[in-house]
Amino acid sequence: MAAKRKTPVKSRNPDLIRGVGKYSRSKMYHKRGLWAIKAKHGGVFPRHDPQPKAPSAAEKPSKFYPADDVKKPLLNKRKPKPTKLRASITPGTVLILLAGRFMGKRVVFLKQLPSGLLLVTGPFKINGVPLRRVNQSYVIATSTKVDISGVNLEKFDDKYFAKEVEKKKKKGEGEFFEAEKEDKKKLPEDKKEDQKAVDTSLIKSIEGVPDLKAYLAARFSLKSGMKPHELAF
Amino acid sequence: MPFKRYVEIGRVALVNYGKDYGKLVVIVDVVDQNRALVDAPDMVRGQMNFKRLTLTDITIDIPRVPKKKTLIEAMEKADVKNKWENSSWGRKLIVQKRRASLNDFDRFKLMLAKIKRAGIVRQELAKLKKENSS
Repeated sequence: MAAKRKTPVKSRNPDLIRGVGKYSRSKMYHKRGLWAIKAKHGGVFPRHDPQPKAPSAAEKPSKFYPADDVKKPLLNKRKPKPTKLRASITPGTVLILLAGRFMGKRVVFLKQLPSGLLLVTGPFKINGVPLRRVNQSYVIATSTKVDISGVNLEKFDDKYFAKEVEKKKKKGEGEFFEAEKEDKKKLPEDKKEDQKAVDTSLIKSIEGVPDLKAYLAARFSLKSGMKPHELAF
Repeated sequence: MPFKRYVEIGRVALVNYGKDYGKLVVIVDVVDQNRALVDAPDMVRGQMNFKRLTLTDITIDIPRVPKKKTLIEAMEKADVKNKWENSSWGRKLIVQKRRASLNDFDRFKLMLAKIKRAGIVRQELAKLKKENSS
């Protein structure tokens, strides 16, 4: 290929209307400077001989041909984009959870994970919500913000929240009766440590604002007379 | 029950319907039985049906269809803004607006304040009851 320009050139032939350019073939020949290229190379366009191809190994005829022609599905090169975060949700925003076990709880937003889900924390000591992933659609963003600068969130991503793979137990008659004993899974200590590490600096900045701690500890609910479409969050 | 607030040139009215909802405007002319020419410092002078206006107690002294500059001077002289904001009607509207713009956190703080006040009132009441009964 000839040397590429640093910035690709916009077409030198503006459209009068779609499909009809302003300049004719001969005018474009002049505009593109093809006469200069020809002059530089003594009246002919420069020709590059095809580069010698590396010798390809001889292909053996295949031993097996399938009986029916099976259609291959079309190639899908689509890469899903990361979920667009609402402008009202910034790190440190207080969110109201709308569904699930912690419905109505007010939590602090930490960051958006690569899968698009939001990483939130109660903090745990204040309202019992641990480090948790939550979908943007099940959340109301309030305009209250908490200072989140002292928190290190590098290590949290979707793999951190993946379920632990259980070892497969060998099937045996006696096992069925004993299998019910191991139901309660203990939370690993390092997750508890992570929770504490994130929460300590958060709680300090929360206690700096009067009433914010009690606010986060309380649940949100609609009372009589409250119209959600008229409320400002 | 005679009427107290009349449609006249210089009557200040509150718009209660439409694009300019909640604005204070001055009637500068009467077009016909149903419509008035209406003006305010921050809007283009235009006609409005009387049904969209609620008359207030405030009037200002202006000639018919004054220039914008004259209108603004007359409004300053009559001190419409302060009169309105100190009137009980005006104060109620300000409170309504403030309540509507409350944040979720503000509503929580308001609830705490109400509970605290109710507690104090109940304590005083209990004290008074005790004094009276003893």
